[in-house]
Amino acid sequence: MTESTDLTRMTAARLASVVATGDASAVEVAQAHLDRITAVDAAVHAFLHVDTAGALAAAGAVDAARAAGGAAALGPLAGVPLALKDVLTMEGIPTTCGSKILEGWRPAYDATVTRRLKEAGVVILGKTNMDEFAMGSSTEHSAYGPTHNPWDLTRIPGGSGGGSAAAVASYEAPLAIGTDTGGSIRQPAAVTGTVGIKPTYGGVSRYGLVALASSLDQAGPCARTVLDAALLHAVIAGHDPLDSTSIDLPVPPVVEAARHPDVRGMRVGVVRELTGDGYQAGVQQRFDESVALLEELGAEVVEVSCPHFPYALAAYYLILPSECSSNLAKFDGMRFGLRAGDDGTRSVEEVMGRTRATGFGDEAIRRIMLGTYALSAGYYDAYYGSAQKVRTLVTRDFAAAFEQVDVLVSPTAPTTAFKLGAKLDDPLAMYLNDVATIPANLAGTPGLSLPIGLAPEDGLPVGLQVMAPVLADHLLYRVGGALEAAMLDRWGAPILDGAPAL
Amino acid sequence: MTHPTDPLMRWDDVLAGFDPVLGLEVHVELGTQTKMFCGCRTEFGAAPNTQTCPTCLALPGALPVVNAVAVESAVRLGLALNCSIASWCRFARKNYFYPDMPKNYQVSQYDEPIAYGGWLDVEVPTPDGPRIHRIEIERAHMEEDTGKSSHVGGETGRIQGAEYSLVDYNRAGIPLIEVVTKPIEGIGALAPELARAFVGELRALVVALGISDAHMHQGSLRCDVNLSLRRTRVDELGTRSETKNVNSLRSVARAVRYEMQRQGALLEAGGRVVQETRHWHEDTGVTTSGRSKEQAEDYRYFPEPDLVPVAPDAAWVEELRSALPEMPADRRRRLQADWGVSDLEMTAVLNADALAVIEATIADGADPAAARKWWMGELARLANERDVELGQLGIFPADVARVIALVEAGTLTDTMARAVVDGVLAGEGSPDDVVTGRGLQVVGDDVSLLAAIDEAVAANPDVVEKIRAGKVTAAGVIVGAVMKATRGQADAARVRELLMAKLGV
Repeated sequence: MTESTDLTRMTAARLASVVATGDASAVEVAQAHLDRITAVDAAVHAFLHVDTAGALAAAGAVDAARAAGGAAALGPLAGVPLALKDVLTMEGIPTTCGSKILEGWRPAYDATVTRRLKEAGVVILGKTNMDEFAMGSSTEHSAYGPTHNPWDLTRIPGGSGGGSAAAVASYEAPLAIGTDTGGSIRQPAAVTGTVGIKPTYGGVSRYGLVALASSLDQAGPCARTVLDAALLHAVIAGHDPLDSTSIDLPVPPVVEAARHPDVRGMRVGVVRELTGDGYQAGVQQRFDESVALLEELGAEVVEVSCPHFPYALAAYYLILPSECSSNLAKFDGMRFGLRAGDDGTRSVEEVMGRTRATGFGDEAIRRIMLGTYALSAGYYDAYYGSAQKVRTLVTRDFAAAFEQVDVLVSPTAPTTAFKLGAKLDDPLAMYLNDVATIPANLAGTPGLSLPIGLAPEDGLPVGLQVMAPVLADHLLYRVGGALEAAMLDRWGAPILDGAPAL
Repeated sequence: MTHPTDPLMRWDDVLAGFDPVLGLEVHVELGTQTKMFCGCRTEFGAAPNTQTCPTCLALPGALPVVNAVAVESAVRLGLALNCSIASWCRFARKNYFYPDMPKNYQVSQYDEPIAYGGWLDVEVPTPDGPRIHRIEIERAHMEEDTGKSSHVGGETGRIQGAEYSLVDYNRAGIPLIEVVTKPIEGIGALAPELARAFVGELRALVVALGISDAHMHQGSLRCDVNLSLRRTRVDELGTRSETKNVNSLRSVARAVRYEMQRQGALLEAGGRVVQETRHWHEDTGVTTSGRSKEQAEDYRYFPEPDLVPVAPDAAWVEELRSALPEMPADRRRRLQADWGVSDLEMTAVLNADALAVIEATIADGADPAAARKWWMGELARLANERDVELGQLGIFPADVARVIALVEAGTLTDTMARAVVDGVLAGEGSPDDVVTGRGLQVVGDDVSLLAAIDEAVAANPDVVEKIRAGKVTAAGVIVGAVMKATRGQADAARVRELLMAKLGV
């Protein structure tokens, strides 16, 4: 494999070293990616906002720090460009969450993730497209139009973080931040041939992450390699006193694990309930091959049953709308964002109602209604209450499985990328995309998606999901890194090299 | 302001026909430095919206973090109310839309309050003397306050008819503890005084614990009165009204009495009590209809997912229990014994809210009787005149103790002492500063006194004759003249002594 001299084709690890050694300045690196965005984003539409001036200024600051203090003054990702999902606040930069209701809002504060990126010298290029308030699996529910899959522009890039995955897959940025409530990092990674990790719940601060479902949301890294994802994971993770649900324990050794991938002696469980019926033949085929490869690499593979996983999707679609109906109540036009119908003749209740009816899209309204219903007196026990019991059972399934094995694997998504518009009128079909990723959100366990080849029938990327126990995020990187290296050996080049030129 | 007046039933008729069932909900605003879920300051009266941040404004992405001091205050109040303390409890979201509530949900506690199942003994005056009544406490839970709306334009200051509304979010997120009693029944005519006594006792408790300044007039202690009537000898409970904004102890009793008479008249006329919120009007002493609660509002409570459960460590709870201050009732009994005052006098002190200031004045060296005399007399009069609470009058117990000491030392007369108090209240400094500044000193110098006496004697020869003739009472005229000449600064007793010596009587 020959290493490209195109700055946009380099891994984040390589770019950091190029900047550190002075082979290229951070400003040159940023400019190369900004140029790439200019060239291809009209077709991909990964970005909702590109902060050219801010990115160049941040890059300039990295170059200045290097000039003053040498390479030792730089963090491991200093000068590396990144695309930030538009659900995280960044001071002074529009944050829309893909919704009309937040059009024009410029937050006065940085999310903790944003702050940590800035402090690490990561160069934030802009904000990426997403399904409105992260509700969706295709990025078609963005109020600002869909993002297109770089592998086939007529197909969906996954969702809700389709913008972040597509930005990485189309070489607009080597790194991106996604958020994963039911699979919004992992499923887009799977369908775009990139790597995405949902860390352990509480591993990355949610402060400044505009909440969809507070008990499920988790921000995490998107990248083209396992090591790059680990480097980004290490930058954004760690305790934050501003987030009560943030875990006050050391960050798992993710970079170490990614640098020394090895599955020899590891016990890997294939989740029986997450294979077979409903999974596209080519997806299943690539998954089976990868499991065989893990065995070849020295892992001990067994089948494991998680009997309550089939109920996870239904429980999720009660818990998520319930929390979301309450979380989205603050969007009322009173203090920020859109205000509709305030012509001096209407009461405050009417203005609130009109603002919400105008500002929210169909999927947001659907979930607010579902959640309001599920929490209502007389229905609470049957819906929200039962769903919480299922959640406990799913968590117990994980616990029992991790008694037998170190990690679990499954296909990340049941299918490869489908056509834009194919499932837009069928919410249930859309929800089924997340059937394999949702259990980890319910249990708070970490999960990774890794490209494992193209489905023979459509030539589109397939993803494999690795799941680990709470706070064992490093195991994801150990397994993912080992598989990635073995695949690269087999293919001779990263899978993304096979994507069509844009 | 005028309000539609409801027909009222005669008090005795209410008591003859009905039993009141009373329930009290008291919101205590905690005196923590910062808000319940963010680091904003909590100073009362700051310029609108200057004590806010992304969290208490509910800006997208901001998150709450529990104020540990507020939890400690809630546990201490729970313990003082003889409650059980939950070993594990959660916050819950109470969902409803209102512009002064930034998130459109209030973070409160629902079915897992931090404290539950306690009691508080209160003393009510009865014709047969004071009676102790035990009020059962249902629960005490933590929650956050809302912002404050003011409706501008329109006649009523209410949202109806207003031209526009302003919202101040300084109060949004201030920690509250809500104390809820169990229904209080079988109390008949005692209901108004019992309600007042409970709120008063709770307030004393909160102040003793030091967790709130508990100023009812500033809203840092707010009482809602739930009241229903049921016909005597009928088991079924009546429909209740919930009267809000009852913001003084006196009003608590008045509101209970008013609602009993209003509901009595309504029921007697064959009407029915509507389940609703009613507003108490301090000025007119009536309640008016507010929001109907006939359609039970569905708050869609569910556990707050942005916060982790609160699990007070048992050892810590015991530590707090052992460090509780003396309970107000014990303190009152102790002070009454120390001061040697009667029940009646003690009641007067309590009604004047003078216990703390008198105690502090005594601690600063004053004689108990003198301290009581000053605070219950001159100072109470001044506070009343200025319409402030005694504690807010602007003179410290230490100042009062100093004035008392100066009187006892003979340096000041009572008249002069009142002038010193005036000076202190006028901002002229400490009592000693005022004495110096206003030149208020008993004139102890016999030479100048004798000169003044000589003048007075010369001016009143006829009076002098009478005194010499044995009519000693006439000496008052000369003494008075001397006092006038010295602008009250002479010691009258000394003047009399010197006069008698001079006249050889």
